Amino acid sequence: MSTDTHLIRGARILGGEPADVRIADGTVAEIGTGLTPDGAEVIEADGQILLPGLVDLHTHLREPGREDSETVLTGTRAAAAGGYTAVHAMANTFPVADTAGVVEQVWRLGKESGYCDVQPVGAVTIGLEGKQLAELGAMHDSAASVRVFSDDGKCVDDAVIMRRALEYVKAFDGVVAQHAQEPRLTEGAQMNEGVVSAELGLGGWPAVAEEAIIARDVLLAAHVDSRLHICHLSTAGSVEIVRWAKSKGWNVTAEVTPHHLLLTDELVRSYDPVYKVNPPLRTEADVMALREALADGTIDCVATDHAPHPHEDKDCEWGAAAMGMLGLETALSVVQHTMVDTGLLDWAGVADRMSFRPAAIGRLAGHGRPVSVGEPANLTLVDPSYRGAVDSARFASRSRNTPYQGRELPGRVTHTFLRGRATVMDGKLV
Amino acid sequence: MKRHLISAADLTRDDAVLILDTAEELARVADRTIRKLPTLRGRTVVNLFFEDSTRTRISFEAAAKRLSADVINFSAKGSSVSKGESLKDTALTLEAMGADAVVIRHHDSGAPHRLATSGWIGGSVVNAGDGTHEHPTQALLDAFTLRRRLVGGADGGVGRDLAGRRVTIVGDILHSRVARSGVHLLTTLGAEVTLVAPPTLVPIGAGRWPCEVSYDLDAVLPKSDAVMMLRVQRERMQAAFFPTEREYARRYGLDGRRMARMPDHAVVMHPGPMNRGMEITAEVADSDRCTAVEQVANGVSIRMAVLYLLLSGAESAVGTPAPTPTRSEETE
Repeated sequence: MSTDTHLIRGARILGGEPADVRIADGTVAEIGTGLTPDGAEVIEADGQILLPGLVDLHTHLREPGREDSETVLTGTRAAAAGGYTAVHAMANTFPVADTAGVVEQVWRLGKESGYCDVQPVGAVTIGLEGKQLAELGAMHDSAASVRVFSDDGKCVDDAVIMRRALEYVKAFDGVVAQHAQEPRLTEGAQMNEGVVSAELGLGGWPAVAEEAIIARDVLLAAHVDSRLHICHLSTAGSVEIVRWAKSKGWNVTAEVTPHHLLLTDELVRSYDPVYKVNPPLRTEADVMALREALADGTIDCVATDHAPHPHEDKDCEWGAAAMGMLGLETALSVVQHTMVDTGLLDWAGVADRMSFRPAAIGRLAGHGRPVSVGEPANLTLVDPSYRGAVDSARFASRSRNTPYQGRELPGRVTHTFLRGRATVMDGKLV
Repeated sequence: MKRHLISAADLTRDDAVLILDTAEELARVADRTIRKLPTLRGRTVVNLFFEDSTRTRISFEAAAKRLSADVINFSAKGSSVSKGESLKDTALTLEAMGADAVVIRHHDSGAPHRLATSGWIGGSVVNAGDGTHEHPTQALLDAFTLRRRLVGGADGGVGRDLAGRRVTIVGDILHSRVARSGVHLLTTLGAEVTLVAPPTLVPIGAGRWPCEVSYDLDAVLPKSDAVMMLRVQRERMQAAFFPTEREYARRYGLDGRRMARMPDHAVVMHPGPMNRGMEITAEVADSDRCTAVEQVANGVSIRMAVLYLLLSGAESAVGTPAPTPTRSEETE
């Protein structure tokens, strides 16, 4: 198909020297300089950065069950707009993705959307209740080929269930992604426990409630020699534990969200629930530790924890509001702002933390591949010189709960390609 | 400038002294045969209570009525609120009915702030206690009571603040909106505040507050001009904040023996309702040094002053002049 043949001229691959990249038959067909169109649609990159298509390990697409906040279609459109070519759909839907039937439904909806690949995450326990293992093998053996399992939104707090899950998924090279939150220490928790919570009179979510679970789980993973992934790591103390676990050679990986790289609990002083998220926004010291850990690789990847909520669930008092914020359409800009523009990470580093490593953790075929001839043309072109205020009215997501509304952030995804087909052209969804 | 009273931290020293002075003026109304002023005639004050609090509600109601305002009591129980109506829709309803001021009591910290800043209503918002956040009129009435008792004089200390007075707040600081507002307001007025509680009931982060924290009541009592005993809910015991009621009472309760350690001029305060036998014994509660009943009376005067200053001035602002210019010169 001629429409799927593109020539990107003057793109800086992973931030390197400008080169021309020909995309044909769904793959990267040719890389060089002075390439001629030969009938391909020409895209003048003019020094923009060409990255492998971004991969999100942590997305809430809300379908089935909460289609008022997001659907697989609107969520994957948001993903494409943000430069993503694959997302992992979290299991806390209604019904919960704890059976082969539900994960196959989500997987099929992803196929139909066509905007990005949807890899369903399976629940670790039935109904996310932490009591009884879900049929992890059946979900793996299904058409959805589930390899990442998570009760995200809830912690697998029972040490025996967590141990069994870690052991069991070894049979099919699975990974358990833990939402680290000690439930008893976070009863009634509304925000980070510290100076601000003391003043505002909001229930505290102490750092130790995350760190205690991570410490336990890295030891469990070591004991049973399995793979553990830590979701949305948010504290400086958690960084120290993961750093220690990695130094032991244990198979532990971790993700950080864009919002934990930028925002702090000082924002909660507004009592505006757009800043209500779980784990909560932490302190400036935590933000700096997370940036440093992402830069040195202690934290493996950025994952959005894209959590759409309808307007009424945020247009209310803090205590009544839902937890979570949008992420897909602003993630790359936040990473550029916090990591690239600060000199902590170069664009090759961004490719590593937002594509290569998350794809490797999820064992996702065809994604997170180098930009080289013969590879699948899952690509993202980003204009790093762009500056503009975030405007949620232009989001592809069905929801609007972004904490960045009106905030000026750098960078803009101009083109996204999914197996050679453009899903975003000139900043617009195709 | 200010249209709402959300947090005691929003008040400057002069704002606070003005409110106390205005309350002192208005308190004289209570001594008249006819206790009513025409000041807020035609204005509507809504008491919007999402939490049961008969004492606070009737105090605001009495205050508004003595100023001739129309008062509407909106209780969450038995209303559409209990059927799932949002705070926003409730606010829009009150706005449509022409509320000039909304006095709100809510179980969620920050709800009054949200009501005042969300654009849902145009009138003034008065925080009558939100979650475990603040209760600014309680702090004002406590300051008023302290000024009368400790600064005193025939005029009740008009024009003056609480500079140098040592106030000890004892009890469940973690869950207390009275303590948070008290720390802000009393320190703004120049008082030195010490919090006393078992460590489990002191919030993480309170080390940054402008006050001292102690775990030893007996050591603090001789240095206190006033001791404010907070209500300690017995349910806290279930959450392991302290082992037993008896142990709490032994270590942090105020009895006659402990009261004797206080200086002769020192007073005992309690915002009510009291748990006799828990944080305070009957001997102390019924003694002349306990100001609990006086605080209730002062509460009406303070709430009159707040409503008056928010609603009657040309700019409806705390900071506009008091009604009758009989105050003595401010010297500080």
